Amino acid sequence: MAMTIHCDIASAEEAIFSGLAELVVATGELGELGVGYGHAPLLTNLIPGPVRVVKQGGEEEIYYVSGGYLEVQPGTISILADTAIRANDIDEAAAAEAQKEAEHALANQTGDFDYGRAAAQLAAAAAQLRTLQQIRKKMG
Amino acid sequence: MASGKEIRTQISSIQSTQKITSAMEMVAASKMRKAQDRMQVGKPYAQRIRSVVGHIANANPEYKHKFMLEREVKRVGFIIVSTDRGLCGGLNINLFKAAIKSMKEFDDQNIEIDLCLVGAKAAAFFNSYGGNVVAAIRDMGEEPTLADLIGGVKVMLDAFSDGNIDKLFLVGNEFVNTMTQNPTVQQLLPLQAEDDDSMKHHWDYVYEEDAEQLLEGLLTRYIESQVYQAVVENGACEQAARMLAMKNATDNAGDLIDNLQLVYNKARQAAITQELSEIVGGAAAIAS
Repeated sequence: MAMTIHCDIASAEEAIFSGLAELVVATGELGELGVGYGHAPLLTNLIPGPVRVVKQGGEEEIYYVSGGYLEVQPGTISILADTAIRANDIDEAAAAEAQKEAEHALANQTGDFDYGRAAAQLAAAAAQLRTLQQIRKKMG
Repeated sequence: MASGKEIRTQISSIQSTQKITSAMEMVAASKMRKAQDRMQVGKPYAQRIRSVVGHIANANPEYKHKFMLEREVKRVGFIIVSTDRGLCGGLNINLFKAAIKSMKEFDDQNIEIDLCLVGAKAAAFFNSYGGNVVAAIRDMGEEPTLADLIGGVKVMLDAFSDGNIDKLFLVGNEFVNTMTQNPTVQQLLPLQAEDDDSMKHHWDYVYEEDAEQLLEGLLTRYIESQVYQAVVENGACEQAARMLAMKNATDNAGDLIDNLQLVYNKARQAAITQELSEIVGGAAAIAS
């Protein structure tokens, strides 16, 4: 029987595969690579493509990853798959969006916050009105 | 003493409030289960990436990324993870208290602070409290995705890369169990290497292509996954806290109704007694 290595494939939003594998074939930036038992420590990023896992006993499973990272340590392979579509300009746009949101949050306050402040102002105004009425009564 | 009718209206209004709070309690209970599942599902990735980053920190790379280097602290960044909605007890307030406490330590040393706020409640709070808000993320709903967070995290990471901030912290709630949620402050950057003696010998990865780009991407993913995990965990905390708050509200409404019912019964009895004595008195006056 072939030597096996522990393989984990996970994305931030779910775990995809975890178990023993004889061979893992993924598409790295420089091309396809197959990782088996005894591979040297390796770190590479993956481009969108299939990941083929030959499980213990020879059964094969294929997963699709939309990019991510592959780490090889003695005894384990970790594939960290991306869930979001990543590109520099998309990230840049998202960052600009978050900054705009910060300005927006400071400029117009959210509904419930306004409510708290309005309630306080209302209470103050009501108290002033009461005082005025009392003064008027005394004078009248 | 308030009249019978007034008390009856009061009771019925409390009853309708009680109906709402008990419905919210049940909704929160079912949402909490889902939020907890989401928290569990994301854990393997967070653990894997943490161990990968731990390996990197322990390796002797040809190239040290700036995220790993300590430097003199002139300005720090905080990412504060709060909820979008209220009615969840003291969850947010306790979190803000913890955040302010650790921010004050830097304030005392005249170190300035930049904030990245997740959730509408944090935006509202720091709006009135003051603070330099550089990024905000809101309205992520029940199922936050990593894509929602990328922008806000990127603002902070860019600030760190450009040297605008020298430390980055993450403030969020830790889900202990349904009854307990603890606010925690965790340092994200610079990365702190885990002590692992088995990794201490000299070794390095084979980097497929450029080590710099590779580490940049991976460490960005790492920070994002930490923030995502904090957001998901905070979601579970929110539902648990809301469930508890609504349960207390429902119980309190029940007590209030019991008390009012007693007052109402007494008032009714007093009215009957008074009528009776009037009738008896009247009859006696006629008879004599």
